Amino acid sequence: MSLLTTVAALRAAETGTAQPLTTVRHAHIDDHPVVLIPLTLAGEACAPLAAMVGTDRDRPVLLTVPQPRDRTLRFRFAEELADILLPLIDGCRTESETYEAGRPKEERTRWTRAPQILVPNPGGIEFIRLLGRSTRLRRTDGPHAVAPTVPLLGNWLTWFADRTDFPGSGLLLAMTRLLTDHWATGWSPGENAHLPSLLAWIDPPPGRTGAEAALLAEDPAEHPPAGPTTDPVFDRTLHELTAARDAAPDDRARAAVDRTIADELRSQLAPTWELMWRGIDLLRALPPAARVPGRRAVDRTVFTHYTTYLEEDGRPRARRDHAASAARRLAQLEDAVARYESERAFDDPLVMARYELTGEAFTGTVVDRDPDRMVENGRAGLFRPALTVRVDTRPLLAVGTTVRCAGRDGLKAEILDRREAAGAGWEIDLQLTGGLGRVRKPPAPEGVIPDLGEELCWTTLGGYMTPAPLPAEEDTPWTHGGPPQPYEPTPDDAEESWE
Amino acid sequence: MSTHPSEDRLATLRGPLAPEPCTARGITALTANPGCSRRAVLDAAGIDKATLAARLGRPARFGQSPFALARGRAFEALVKANGYAELIALVREKLGVPVEEAAVADLNEVGGSASPALRARETGHLLDRLAAGAEERLLLDHPVVPLEVAGRTALLEPDAVTHRVDGRFHVVEIKSFAVIDGRADPAKTAEAAKQAAVYVIALRRLLESLGHDPALVATEFLLVCPEDFSQRPVLARIDVRQEIEAIGFQLSRLRRADDLARALPADATLDLSLRSDGTPARTDAELAAGVGALESHYTPDCMGYCDLARHCRAEAVEQARPECLGGRVRDDLPGIDSTRTALRLIDTPGDGETLDPGHAEVVERLRAAARLYDSRRRPPGPRLPTASSETSPDAPAGRSAG
Repeated sequence: MSLLTTVAALRAAETGTAQPLTTVRHAHIDDHPVVLIPLTLAGEACAPLAAMVGTDRDRPVLLTVPQPRDRTLRFRFAEELADILLPLIDGCRTESETYEAGRPKEERTRWTRAPQILVPNPGGIEFIRLLGRSTRLRRTDGPHAVAPTVPLLGNWLTWFADRTDFPGSGLLLAMTRLLTDHWATGWSPGENAHLPSLLAWIDPPPGRTGAEAALLAEDPAEHPPAGPTTDPVFDRTLHELTAARDAAPDDRARAAVDRTIADELRSQLAPTWELMWRGIDLLRALPPAARVPGRRAVDRTVFTHYTTYLEEDGRPRARRDHAASAARRLAQLEDAVARYESERAFDDPLVMARYELTGEAFTGTVVDRDPDRMVENGRAGLFRPALTVRVDTRPLLAVGTTVRCAGRDGLKAEILDRREAAGAGWEIDLQLTGGLGRVRKPPAPEGVIPDLGEELCWTTLGGYMTPAPLPAEEDTPWTHGGPPQPYEPTPDDAEESWE
Repeated sequence: MSTHPSEDRLATLRGPLAPEPCTARGITALTANPGCSRRAVLDAAGIDKATLAARLGRPARFGQSPFALARGRAFEALVKANGYAELIALVREKLGVPVEEAAVADLNEVGGSASPALRARETGHLLDRLAAGAEERLLLDHPVVPLEVAGRTALLEPDAVTHRVDGRFHVVEIKSFAVIDGRADPAKTAEAAKQAAVYVIALRRLLESLGHDPALVATEFLLVCPEDFSQRPVLARIDVRQEIEAIGFQLSRLRRADDLARALPADATLDLSLRSDGTPARTDAELAAGVGALESHYTPDCMGYCDLARHCRAEAVEQARPECLGGRVRDDLPGIDSTRTALRLIDTPGDGETLDPGHAEVVERLRAAARLYDSRRRPPGPRLPTASSETSPDAPAGRSAG
């Protein structure tokens, strides 16, 4: 968030049209995303009511739970969802590629694809987290046996919900967040959580401004909420139907009510299904940022790791994390946040502008250059080409600061001096300290040293460190409870009621 | 009802209809946006805000799902079933209270009457005897406690009050949201805590008026929720000292509702009554004028709980108030009361308008942001092609870090 976002929101409010917050798309949108829209029963912790799911815009699959309080029907829903999702996840494991990683470098293998689930809003992510929690600890034998696919689905959903906390991960994403990352509307963040209004702002129907269309899209009768909570007015209809189902004299009558319930639920889900795909269209229309494939490669790597884990071990995640795994996860999260923030800025001048505003970056034109400059250092001297760039705004970075060049990977410089220019603006003297290849004396490789008149952006971003490695699991110190014991689901977990 | 002097003015505003009863939820909503004079007066006068909003053409879209209501009722019934067996077991096990028998005072009805005033009197008598040590009860089921809010007496109904935990009265709230792996929805827990704080304040004032030590009411309350995905109740003890402080302060400020009402024009009305033929006594335009005379303090959060929020939002959008865009934008525009003004200041630098020195710095920063925003939103023309555009998109993510 930045004052630039505020300016964009002001313009959006004034014009009634959403304003871009980026010039490129920073998220991976898969060629075959799994769109999943869950609905839950009001008042319950996690009682699935229905879901619309699929990878084909024209062929959504509707799953329903005609009596959400019925435990058997709930597990049937979980089974049906597993029957759809698990093959799609498995379908990503057809081709593999090798890559180098680790220290020392070694060759590893990963799948060339990873799944991607798109839900309408953060509530949908929370549903996935809870459904994962309530299914992953179940037993496939004994008194409360469930189908083997149910705990497996639980493991996967838990994993998706866990990965979604990592910025830059494209495994499970909420459409409202994706859209508000890329556009500013003239409404508040709370109101933007309503998918129909948000899309109305960004892509209003012809003849209306986004602001007008967004107001109309608030009517739950015309635009049902995107879940997982349903419209209370709809709930009244549904309540009558479930009561009729309970009172049905025979299976035939019950099946008839079930069909009516399914039709009603479809009417609530179908508009959101369409909105999800329109959102996907809008996002696909943006050019992808340069570092999106790199982040997707991380997704594919962690996906590969998890498939291996499930095959080799497969124990579900415990109800609560052990201190050691929580610490490890926190370190990874912090690293992911720093990388993502800086990668986005390097990929997108409109994101970098936020840092220019705070003085952590500056854009200037090269007005002088000394490509052969050597500085004294013992006998050989150091090869330090110099540049002078002219900037419009007062530089805030101190002499001696190291800056990196956006748009020229690896080019690094140190600020030598800054002064007010004779005409207007300011001048900054830089000496290049990195990104020159392996040369120790002039000339530098062709095209590396910026030319006169070239406009480039320099920033302090990107200097993140690889986090210090944490001790191996078996060396976990007493501060974190010693080496963690693997979690074995208890019979209690398996029998946990889900009512 | 008390005979506070302000009651007259507020009663005139309300017209012949009986005032809407005050609830703990209403009081916490009032304290959520203490700057809102409109809500303060409407609540003090006991106006039915949902009906008012409908008459103003922007009906509230709140509604309780029958499923949520049923679940709430079912859970409370389960906790109280078999003579409060579940609740007593929880109190005994979790709080270590030696409970032999369930001495429960059912205050849902008094002598067959559910009249809140009667129940409040009975609650008062019972609390008096309990506080004096003349009687022992484990639980008071649905006691009714009075609380003066903005010159009106609200009769509040906690789910239960228990005596015997550490020798103090504890408010018990039974809520049907789940505690999963020891964690509940923070927003719902916070709302429950605020409601409990209102009850604690009411109980303390009642005890004080009966000549007892208000500190006999604990500053903690007992929250009973279903555990994980089951209906099994679980009990948590939650400290509400902060909430008591905050709500107590806001309640003291609410006494000003009568001053606010008195400042209204003499002909202002909020009368929602109907004539004998079913037509409204006052026109919608008259009501709109009455509401309009009350200053609102709209924030997007209002949409979450106030029936009138959609009306206030339309008004705020009309006036281009920065609050409409959320707290963040409003904080970025200190001292600027309209987004149109902000944009004019941004987009017409040096139009001769003398800037308020207090604004100068803000405007300067906004102008810098706008310049950057406008120049970066499209790829700038003169930028020379660089090697980067040719680099493979598959380059490892962190390369630029060097």
